[in-house]
Amino acid sequence: MKALKVISPGPFTTVQDRGRFGFQSLGVPPCGMLDAWAGGLANLLVGNGPDAAVLEFTFMGGQMEVMDKFCLAVTGGDMKLSINDRPCAAWATHMVQTGDILRLGPVHSGCRTYMAVTGGICVPDVMGSRSTYTGAAIGGLDGRILAAEDILERGQGAFPDHSRALPEEWIPKYLSEIVLRAIPGPQDDYFETETFFNAAFTVTDKANRMGYRLKGPVVLRKPEKPKSIISEPSLPGGVQIPEDGQPIILLAEQTVGGYAKIATVISSDIPKLAQAVPGDWIRFEAVTLARSHEIYRQKAALFREIGKAGLGVKTYAAMGKTFFSDPVFRQRMERYMIQI
Amino acid sequence: MTQAANPFYHTPIFRLAGDRGLLMELGNVIDPAINARILYLTGRLSEVLPSGVEEIIPTYCAVILIYDPITTDPETLIPRLTALNKELNDQPLTAPCIVELPVCYHPDLGFDLAYVAKIHDLTPEEVVEIHTAPLYPIYMIGFTPGFPYLGGLSERLHTPRLSSPRTHVPAGSVGIANNQTGIYPIASPGGWQVIGQCPVKLFDPHREDPILLSSGSLLKFNAISLDEFRALKEENL
Repeated sequence: MKALKVISPGPFTTVQDRGRFGFQSLGVPPCGMLDAWAGGLANLLVGNGPDAAVLEFTFMGGQMEVMDKFCLAVTGGDMKLSINDRPCAAWATHMVQTGDILRLGPVHSGCRTYMAVTGGICVPDVMGSRSTYTGAAIGGLDGRILAAEDILERGQGAFPDHSRALPEEWIPKYLSEIVLRAIPGPQDDYFETETFFNAAFTVTDKANRMGYRLKGPVVLRKPEKPKSIISEPSLPGGVQIPEDGQPIILLAEQTVGGYAKIATVISSDIPKLAQAVPGDWIRFEAVTLARSHEIYRQKAALFREIGKAGLGVKTYAAMGKTFFSDPVFRQRMERYMIQI
Repeated sequence: MTQAANPFYHTPIFRLAGDRGLLMELGNVIDPAINARILYLTGRLSEVLPSGVEEIIPTYCAVILIYDPITTDPETLIPRLTALNKELNDQPLTAPCIVELPVCYHPDLGFDLAYVAKIHDLTPEEVVEIHTAPLYPIYMIGFTPGFPYLGGLSERLHTPRLSSPRTHVPAGSVGIANNQTGIYPIASPGGWQVIGQCPVKLFDPHREDPILLSSGSLLKFNAISLDEFRALKEENL
């Protein structure tokens, strides 16, 4: 059913879900929400499953007209959501009605903003995913960024029986100094890793869904090592060091790289990078594989806890509480957050 | 390293690619024997599919596994991979299949054919003859959906990339860059010397098999005329 009509789309707005998996060996990159944490929470807030597609706005939002009643939640970078010119909280659900005008402005913190709607954004499934891959013009709306006059449909889904909001303290803070935890390798033996893990790099304006180019002290290659490697697949988070010694962090839309990779940003920290804008500072912190897996499990457990609490919404509603304000649940969340 | 040297490492090298990727490297050269073993290993891995493994990506001389850290980890996977590799040591390899693709080497489609001919002191016809002669092994698919990394380009055609890349190279363009030759499956910017165009779609997301070519096959280019090209293009294969 029709959900939204685009009045102004913003500079780079796409439909994304979790990603297109299983085709990297054929050159089809995973794509998907770059900040899967924020996008996933948006789906959770409105009551969608993990595979629902959302809108991803970059740097700036846009304006849209609501074509039918549904519930929405906006998460990620702060674009100051307003409905009919009335400011509305992000990281919270809102019921909207036919004719309502949604507006998202320039981003105040972070870089990418997610909007989930009841039932998820409905576009044809291409190779198992709805994610837009503009490079090959597949997924999303005809494989492209949104344009004015586009009509977006949504899937079936129940409306939550009361509004939900993520309490302030759980909302990620997008800072301009970012620490990315990374596992050395696959080719850390090619480089002087000490410079890399001790320096601060700035994000250049060459930063998009394919990758982020950084600028900073030159990372030296050991003289006996070759300038490039035999081309090999690159996974999201891989940090290539080309000849000029300036790191490039590869993201969701690249499948092969020919430069040696000094380290790989752990998957749990990709959302932090997805919210970085040109001019932000990045430091890399080396972590062990064991530590990275511990972080991975904690994040997955935290997300599950939030989900489970969400399923109990009726009980909490009957008690006059929203699930996120349940003291026992909050205590558990706090424990997780401290560890992560 | 001498030509006769064994391209395989004595024992495979394992490398970490983040918290979800494990790379098993069998050597560090572009070599048909290593690539054949990698593809065979990939096939066997897809059959046995160790639990927690989500994707298996073959490369020139390595295979990358993407895994779910909640279900498995390199400590579990490495012994299995090592055992599987040992098991394959004595296995005979099956013959690769040969894929023939029509290519129109007309100057309207092969924008750089005349240039490539000129710098090698050849006629365009000779370039076509040399380019269509070999069976090119497909070592790897990647970069864009369905892009084949081919080996075996004749040294007589090695040509540097364009000094400035084109902003738009049409889908199907057949190009040369240094010692490589390949086909652009989708229209994209690119710096390869374009010598012809293939009318068959290498990538079609709506086909049952979206990607036409696969690693391990041998690719043969067959020259066709502009009329044949147009006719095949109409068929929208």
